Amino acid sequence: MRVPFKTSYLHDIRLFADGYRAAQYAVLVALAVLLPFVLDDFLIGEVTGVLIWAIAGMGLMLLTGHAGQVSIGHAAFLAVGCYANVILMDRFGLPFVTSFLLAGIVTGIAGVLIAIPVFRLHGIYLAIATLALSMLVEDIIVLAEPWTGGVVGLTAPSVTIAGMDMDRFSAPNRFYWLCLAIALLVTLGYRNILRAPLGRALLAIRDSEVSAQAMGVQLARTKAAAFGLSCLVTGWAGALLGHFFYTFNHEVFTVVVSIQLLLMIVIGGIGSIHGAFYGAIVVGIIPQAINIGRDWVTDILGTGGVAIPGLETGIFGLILVLFILFEPLGVHGRLTKWKIYFELFPFYRRDLFRRQRSYLKTERLR
Amino acid sequence: MSLLDVRDVTIRFGGVTALADVSFSVEPGEIFAIVGPNGAGKSTLFNLISRFCEPESGDVRLDGASLLDLAPADMAPLGVARTFQNIDLFETSTVLDNLLIGRHTRRQSSFVAQAVFSPAVRRQEIAHREAVERIIDFLDLHAYREQRIAGLPYGTRKVVEVGRALAMEPRIVLLDEPASGLSPEESRDMRFWISDIRAELGVTVLMVEHDMGLVSAVSDRVLVLAEGRGIALGTPADVQSHPEVVQAFLGVEPEPTA
Repeated sequence: MRVPFKTSYLHDIRLFADGYRAAQYAVLVALAVLLPFVLDDFLIGEVTGVLIWAIAGMGLMLLTGHAGQVSIGHAAFLAVGCYANVILMDRFGLPFVTSFLLAGIVTGIAGVLIAIPVFRLHGIYLAIATLALSMLVEDIIVLAEPWTGGVVGLTAPSVTIAGMDMDRFSAPNRFYWLCLAIALLVTLGYRNILRAPLGRALLAIRDSEVSAQAMGVQLARTKAAAFGLSCLVTGWAGALLGHFFYTFNHEVFTVVVSIQLLLMIVIGGIGSIHGAFYGAIVVGIIPQAINIGRDWVTDILGTGGVAIPGLETGIFGLILVLFILFEPLGVHGRLTKWKIYFELFPFYRRDLFRRQRSYLKTERLR
Repeated sequence: MSLLDVRDVTIRFGGVTALADVSFSVEPGEIFAIVGPNGAGKSTLFNLISRFCEPESGDVRLDGASLLDLAPADMAPLGVARTFQNIDLFETSTVLDNLLIGRHTRRQSSFVAQAVFSPAVRRQEIAHREAVERIIDFLDLHAYREQRIAGLPYGTRKVVEVGRALAMEPRIVLLDEPASGLSPEESRDMRFWISDIRAELGVTVLMVEHDMGLVSAVSDRVLVLAEGRGIALGTPADVQSHPEVVQAFLGVEPEPTA
């Protein structure tokens, strides 16, 4: 096990524990940048989707994983970001860079406005309030037809940055790099927040509101900041999602998407940035795996196509139940344990993580 | 002028009178202890001072200014720190991060500066770590610096909580039963730390404690509460021989002396 020997306070606040870790992440980023030279357009599209969901996952992770405020309404903020971006481009003729940034800010402000009335709600009550929000926004999209196109929806204009075509269809590789760059910047900002006073305040209100207040953490302000930043990032994910889907309407942002986002971060590993990425990968892989499995079953049976309605949702639910029962810390927690097992080999004890706790305190019906 | 002044405070929860006309004042640089049987209202008094509950009548003043209009989170900037009877630390964070939360009100940076981790934020973080390191030195917590609270033994958590309150660099620290649940050795360490908090850090101490050995060893004055009333106030020796105190603790009349 690598234990860095700290000789200055800078060691505490560096992004990477040591050069070895930094090198690992550098290699990972390099591989991600080179990916379009290996994969075909279809697969790059899939990976782009995973990246966008990872950005949305980071948005929700900040709020639910780190600040402890459960939201089953984040599809609503995805929708706000998505529509705001396209409306700003179409109606106001803004270039993508400006409209993208503004879409995030608009969504962030929406998040702060939502935080004000719901800040006294905890656990399951907050979950219900945000669930209602998700349903409400779906209806509002349909009703606000002059702006949102109602049930017909909108079509995203193509993305151009400094004269360079970044469209999802005509230049899938560049769109992938754009999403990758945004995902990396969001990750960096997220890491920075976590090592700064605000990050500690978020963990404080998650773990004990009473104690946090006694230490001078202003509850309302900190929760509003958590909602604002979370929705800012979710709004950006929504804006990218609009370009990714090309055409979209209210059905893209249903409550199911909200729940899927929450499942994503729980499966990935709640309370860690890694978790958002792992969750997005799992969510991205499952539908493909089901398709492949379905083809395989069809081949064996020699019949026509087998269609089982609700199979995807069912498998998703099953995976979630298994994770909550056997690995509350998700994929990230499991991988960390394996890593520690090999680092400590042969001294790993079965009870090493006996004291692990689930971060999601919805059972506290306060 | 007294640092902390509690005047004629009454608190009722439904039909239960938790505190009835309790008055006392804490002088700067004093170690002031509050003792009393279970249910005497000691923790309610602490919750009142740190603004977690409202009095029915009476007033609490810090430097002569009333605290009653303030919220719990406003107390830290005024230099009032506290610990909790049942230890209320941030379980999933490390000891270092817990202590750093004590410095929360001393941060001076916007969200944007924090998100890009500007040089100013970096400088502040280093300065906060230096300040916290002094507390870690003071309480001898080096061995646990990087460990998560969830894995620490009870006695250590108790010390970390005192450290978190001290990291705030408060003027007065409220310790709610600092020695409860500690082993005799840990309790003895705590005794030295409490006197050092005043001697080395110059912080006034107001504490609730059951361990009379600790109370008489460190405190200048003692207030005895019983059933919400203050029944005696004075030096530890005075208070222990007070007839009403003996009655409240032992439940019998003192034998008449010949």
